Amino acid sequence: MPVDKFTLLESSCVPLPNENVDTDQIIPARFLKATSREGFGENLFRDWRFSPSGEPVKDFVLNQAQYSGQVLLAGKNFGSGSSREHAAWAIADYGFKVVVSSFFADIFRNNALNNGVLPITVTPEFLEKLFLAVAKNNEQKVVVDLEKQELRFNDESCDFEINPYKKDCLLNGFDDIDYLLAKKENIQAFEDKD
Amino acid sequence: MTFRLIDSFIKIYTLKAKTLFDKVWDAHVVEHVQGGPNIVYIDKHLIHEVTSPQAFSGLEGRGLKVLRPERTLATPDHNIPTVNQHLPIADEQSRTQVETLTANCEKNSIELYGLNHPNNGIVHVVGPELGHTQPGMTLVCGDSHTSTHGAFGAVAFGIGTSEVEMVLATQCIMQSKPKKMRITVDGELPKGVSAKDLTLYVIAQLGTGGATGYFVEYAGSAVRSLSMEGRMTVCNMSIEMGARGGMIAPDETTFEYVKGRKFAPQGEQWEQQLATWKSLKTDDGAEFDKEYTFKATDIAPMITYGTNPGMCMSISSGIPAEADISSSELPSFQKSLDYMGFEAGEPILGKKVDYVFVGSCTNGRIEDLRTFASMVKGHKKADSITAWIVPGSKQVEKQALEEGLVAVLEAAGFKMRQPGCSACLAMNDDKVPAGKYSVSTSNRNFEGRQGPGSRTLLASPLTAAAAAITGVISDPREFL
Repeated sequence: MPVDKFTLLESSCVPLPNENVDTDQIIPARFLKATSREGFGENLFRDWRFSPSGEPVKDFVLNQAQYSGQVLLAGKNFGSGSSREHAAWAIADYGFKVVVSSFFADIFRNNALNNGVLPITVTPEFLEKLFLAVAKNNEQKVVVDLEKQELRFNDESCDFEINPYKKDCLLNGFDDIDYLLAKKENIQAFEDKD
Repeated sequence: MTFRLIDSFIKIYTLKAKTLFDKVWDAHVVEHVQGGPNIVYIDKHLIHEVTSPQAFSGLEGRGLKVLRPERTLATPDHNIPTVNQHLPIADEQSRTQVETLTANCEKNSIELYGLNHPNNGIVHVVGPELGHTQPGMTLVCGDSHTSTHGAFGAVAFGIGTSEVEMVLATQCIMQSKPKKMRITVDGELPKGVSAKDLTLYVIAQLGTGGATGYFVEYAGSAVRSLSMEGRMTVCNMSIEMGARGGMIAPDETTFEYVKGRKFAPQGEQWEQQLATWKSLKTDDGAEFDKEYTFKATDIAPMITYGTNPGMCMSISSGIPAEADISSSELPSFQKSLDYMGFEAGEPILGKKVDYVFVGSCTNGRIEDLRTFASMVKGHKKADSITAWIVPGSKQVEKQALEEGLVAVLEAAGFKMRQPGCSACLAMNDDKVPAGKYSVSTSNRNFEGRQGPGSRTLLASPLTAAAAAITGVISDPREFL
């Protein structure tokens, strides 16, 4: 899916320090019955966010008015489990553009990138500092500088890795299929070789 | 001088030596993208109703057709009922998803094993049993348990829907080459210890993210001695420690399994393929980025106590005490135990069980039903237990009937349902109610995985059988 171009982002953060947040928590399987990509944000973290009767759970972070923004701060090993891209769709649809963690599951990372959501891996120490800063000041802003591959807040900064190809895709808003379609002849040649 | 010479020989030798994974992966690289991933050609693409509709609509939006429909295979499994499959699906959204798959397959000339088709079933059970899955292949599916097919020496991994669209459009995927890990398990598995226990043991050692970024090769005499069904169980669970996939070098056990299956190569073609397949093993001296070695004799029947598959222990030991958990992991540990209604340090044997689920792409094959049936034979299901026995496919269902397993199950008070993913992810009506305990042969014990509020304990078919008979968590070795 062609995605929006990603440039510089400055935003406050939503902190979710739980470790090993799996994709069944991000979007439970019973909400995977749709045949379109839209509307998954409504059920993001459904069973943590709402009681079985549908009431908002007061102490869950998405229900706390003091926290908002396009950056989700997440604990270690975010996005493990199922390959469901619905998890990335739910995060994007809710309005997050960036997820920051010290460790991501592989399939989730790919799915996020394919939907214009930037997964940023920082050191555990930096992540802890950022959680503390947000705990102290819920309006704490971070700057995500994709060009420089840098995440900044106050006078702290942390470099992050992204492969040059994916970076180029995000900066320019194009996707893998565009790229692969341009390689049609090479793919044909590979098939003919066998 | 001589030493230096030997040293450089060793270097050249190691440079040339390839792992099994390298051999299969490298043979499928169409192109290496500068500063980026590889373009990898995909031999076989399996699709199902839940993660494909958006890929097809994306394709249509671009005005594209499926490039290689003959390399694509479809079967609905995730979201289908496991009773009354001859009736229209009652849930409207589920019905729409299944009908959308049918329409997309018709439009694009893709082979479909629809509901009630004799080949229908869980995508990772169907592929191998029909001989679609073969050594040396690259195989993907929009499902993380695609790693199952690695049991044949294939490079098989789960992908997201954007990637499904990518493969439909170009038969290729953009993917960075993962690092390589080898897990060797040597020795003989003790009595009552199965492939499921082996994989749960490994996951407990490595943790739920312990293999993230890696592609795993399983080796060693304990792995070699497993049947194909057992090997599939092991490779299936690779994702539960974060691995991109898992694979096992093909050998006589593999060839014997594949030979004669409907879509396996036949005659002269078989002989040719066999020669190639026999070369699919890790060369001596090939290097891995990480290696682990375990002893089969250390493995006991395993069971999970928490809310990820890494929270697992031998059935006779207690839940870890708080003192055994690192301070950074303590909040997650406590949250898990609160969810499960367990206390740190307490024994798990004797805990009450409400549901038993036998099935899924992990343990829904004929061997699993045989194992379960062999233990319940001559016993009765405990009255307090609701049991869901769900075959992995129509073929498994048929075979279970023909072998007399269904009769054994029924005599013991069990009823077999119809094939599907069922309570593994509870997308259909097979949901464990909130607060209830389920001993499950599936692959994930995440919060709410088997239904909102459900509490899952992952275990082998033998351990599931012991729980089904006694109504409590029981050591299966006591019944052998």
